[in-house]
Amino acid sequence: MGIISPGFLGRRRRDDPALPPGQYLTESFPVLSAGPTPRIAPEDWEFTITTETGAVHRWNWDEFLALKQDDVTTDIHCVTSWSKLGTSWRGVSLDTLFESVESEAEFTMAHSYGGYTTNVPLEDLLDGKAWIAHQFDGETLEPEHGGPARLLVPHLYFWKSAKWVTGLEMLRQDEPGFWESNGYHMYGDPWREERYW
Amino acid sequence: MRTGWNVAEVISVKSETRQARTLRLRLPGLTGHRAGQHVDVRLTAPDGYTAVRSYSVASALPGDELDITVEELDDGEVSPYLVRQVAVGDQLEVRGPVGGWFVWDPSDASPVQLIAGGSGVVPLMAMLRAHAADGTDAGYAAPFRLLYSVRGPDSVFYRAELAELAASPLVEVTFIYTRTSPPGSSTPPGRLDAATLATSVLPPTDNPAVFICGATAFVETVADWLTQAGHSPARIKTERYGGTGTRP
Repeated sequence: MGIISPGFLGRRRRDDPALPPGQYLTESFPVLSAGPTPRIAPEDWEFTITTETGAVHRWNWDEFLALKQDDVTTDIHCVTSWSKLGTSWRGVSLDTLFESVESEAEFTMAHSYGGYTTNVPLEDLLDGKAWIAHQFDGETLEPEHGGPARLLVPHLYFWKSAKWVTGLEMLRQDEPGFWESNGYHMYGDPWREERYW
Repeated sequence: MRTGWNVAEVISVKSETRQARTLRLRLPGLTGHRAGQHVDVRLTAPDGYTAVRSYSVASALPGDELDITVEELDDGEVSPYLVRQVAVGDQLEVRGPVGGWFVWDPSDASPVQLIAGGSGVVPLMAMLRAHAADGTDAGYAAPFRLLYSVRGPDSVFYRAELAELAASPLVEVTFIYTRTSPPGSSTPPGRLDAATLATSVLPPTDNPAVFICGATAFVETVADWLTQAGHSPARIKTERYGGTGTRP
């Protein structure tokens, strides 16, 4: 236990086992972005997976929506200490997108409109752990929350769930993305509090 | 980068407004920080319950001290304690300073446009102070402008110091009063709009480095207006306070 602050009582929230260490619950949906919000029309949107050999798999908006859609209810945890429980999303599983992809690379870099990047190991994207989401709470995903579509990797801190995602690049070796080059952890497991370097 | 929890001592406190207070903390072993970084503060209740919040650093000090300015939120859990209860000599647990993106680098000689919404002025004040303190690096010659949107004169942080800084030919401070104008002002209060923004900030042709900090809706709107006015999105860095906020 750390330094006690006499007279500090706190909010006396219920002790929720779904809450990772150092996180607090929020009912709102805070926004964390590094710059202006890109405005991407769905007809201009595309998503690609580029393998280590340079092979490119490409989906436009209509092709993407024609894929099998998953409804996902999950908790999300932001590195700035808020968590939101039971959020609902609709999107395409990365398992579906990777079905036709041949690759031996074990790492990926997510690329977003506006230049944002974040690194995620491939195994953290597969087996029902990650989606490209385009709806939140039954509504079209707002641009400030990453619309038209964002990566959703809820078991990692939420900066890994890249907003305005447009592609995944397969990498043989792990490389830092944007926040990972600016002081944040390479992996970002909220249960191990992997916030900063 | 300091990533573990350290014990900091509160060495002075200063009221900024009725709802906001600056705490000067001493973090043994700290050797300065970058302008725009933040720290995490952890409070522990007598029964072990803890709460953590992030606060921007307001100061640009070279040694083991730094300032945070905390505004009390109506429904806040940590901020009321830091604004109302913490006293000089108290100890707090602090992580950081952290952050390598929303920072101003004194070696960058680009013109700088700072845009603050309310308490979003805090990390921008660190940049103004770093600019004023550093007389040797290239950045000292950079023109700095602050556009500060605030409810009224009573809500302005660092008022006297901002007036002093604005005496420099390189620094310009513009206030937008959204609810209450200063006594004697001929300008009625009102929210920032795209036209006022365009005439109050450095033009896109100067290619300024732009830092915007405030509530989410404020930052979203101002960043959109700037990109529509021709500022490069790549030159705009934003820091948003969570939760709900008002538009400009």
